[in-house]
Amino acid sequence: MYVIGELINGMYNNIGKAVSLKDRAAIEACALAQVKAGADALDINCGPSSKDPISDTQWLIETVQSVTDKVICIDSSKPQVLESCLKITKGSAIINSTTADEDKLGTIVPLAKKYNARLIGLTINKKGIPQNKDQRLELAAQIVSYCADKEFPLENLYLDPIAMPINVAQGQQKEILESIREFKLISEPAPKTVIGLSNVSQGTLKRSLINRTFLVMALEAGLDAAILDPLDNELMDALITSNLILNKNIYCDQYLNAYRKK
Amino acid sequence: MAIQILQEKWQGQVSLVTIGATKEEGGSRSSVIKIGGEKSLPALFKEGEIPHKPKVALEIWDIHPSEWPEALSKAYKDTLDDPFLWAKKCIKEYNAECICLRLQGAHPDFGDKSVEDEVSFIKEFLRKVNLPLIILGSGDDTKDNILLPACSEAAKGERCLIGSVTQDNYKDTVTSVIRNGHSLIAESPIDVNIAKQLNMLISDMGLSLERIVINPTIGALGYGLEYAYSIMERARLAALSSDKTVASPFVCFIGQEAWKAKEAKAKDTNQGVMWETITATALIQAGADLLVMRHPLAAEKVNKYIDKLFDTE
Repeated sequence: MYVIGELINGMYNNIGKAVSLKDRAAIEACALAQVKAGADALDINCGPSSKDPISDTQWLIETVQSVTDKVICIDSSKPQVLESCLKITKGSAIINSTTADEDKLGTIVPLAKKYNARLIGLTINKKGIPQNKDQRLELAAQIVSYCADKEFPLENLYLDPIAMPINVAQGQQKEILESIREFKLISEPAPKTVIGLSNVSQGTLKRSLINRTFLVMALEAGLDAAILDPLDNELMDALITSNLILNKNIYCDQYLNAYRKK
Repeated sequence: MAIQILQEKWQGQVSLVTIGATKEEGGSRSSVIKIGGEKSLPALFKEGEIPHKPKVALEIWDIHPSEWPEALSKAYKDTLDDPFLWAKKCIKEYNAECICLRLQGAHPDFGDKSVEDEVSFIKEFLRKVNLPLIILGSGDDTKDNILLPACSEAAKGERCLIGSVTQDNYKDTVTSVIRNGHSLIAESPIDVNIAKQLNMLISDMGLSLERIVINPTIGALGYGLEYAYSIMERARLAALSSDKTVASPFVCFIGQEAWKAKEAKAKDTNQGVMWETITATALIQAGADLLVMRHPLAAEKVNKYIDKLFDTE
């Protein structure tokens, strides 16, 4: 599974502080730790309190790119931030994200095409978060058909069914898992799927356990990528073991190390 | 409507292993061979680069191979008692590109030659024969644990391919191979899980994965070839999907297995050569990068096959 490290986010105190003080070392260390733990890409978000999100996000990307060539996942809902960051990103990036609203798609899909970026499409619109699988599928189909119309390659599209906290929306969890499975049936080639995993355990006491249990179930449903905390060792171990059970990696006695070595 | 041929796009690549070091590189070989480096399944040239053809090495023993069937031994006539004459024949008459030297004589049941004797023999062999060299132990673990490190040291700087090591027996040889600049054959018993585990154990000791060649263990035609084929295919698919821990080139001991078959040993037939040839060509399709062969005619046929396969013009 494709692992997008979530830790460079201004919402976290240490990163928020590093952004305001322009503390390169703190950002570099956070990037390298995630890469070492198995991240394939790094999500970059300057946080809600930034006064200048364009320059702060650009600074974060430049800092991260100075120590690793892993894929950058630009996390912003603002098209200006996305474009100014796509311009300075080496290699192809991931745009995180667009919603299913036509005006949003109309701005962000062309950007993804222009910069040959992958795109995360949230199954959400101005009306809010969907409340069941069918609503999610409807929004997913809208995103897919828009992308297909504009000839955006569907294998570069990641649909996100929107994970919700278990203590708020317990009844939705199964709907979300089923959505992951059914998104795959929308088109050929199938779109990929992604989830912001930590949302699932927001506000609970057993965050790590809930995250990894959900992840294992989502992997079985066919999840392709997740934005998660790669420094959560038990989470990564569960992910690697799931890949084994789903026959995506070859077993050996040291399979945990072998996965991290790849 | 034209048929659209679906092509796979691979992310991974098999490691590139060089055997032999020339004078400029600190050795004394007249040439080197390169194996591996492919970014595609065998012969699917349009899916990814296949920079090097599979290579054939001819096998030579330090003692007379008395168990070889006559159909095989007669190809070398009276040179089998003298490894130097034998090697000369392989080079002059059979255009060998690489020699695989098996130190069978060190085996307790095959004469039990001392490590010192084998070390002097290796040194002399390196002086007289300047092709890239594969050095194999006797097949006795206890003896090979002393023999292979000593031979590795005697061949320092020549970038030989040395082996085989197994999951239960690898440490001393790995240490010496690292120190003396060689590459290593890692042998697993037709088992992809053990192949991967052994590569992990070896790389944990500090030998880079790029210096390992996997001996997947094979069966000859009619003796488990399909099983070996499927193991190699599985490992290669993982390698091309970016699993570096199994992305090593394969060495297959074709002659050793093919000439065990009773069909190959049948008198007054040409079946042995055909058995060895077919076993080799099938395993090339499975991803074999280096084929250690015995009969020169089989080697010639396989080389022709490889040339034809790679003639994509």
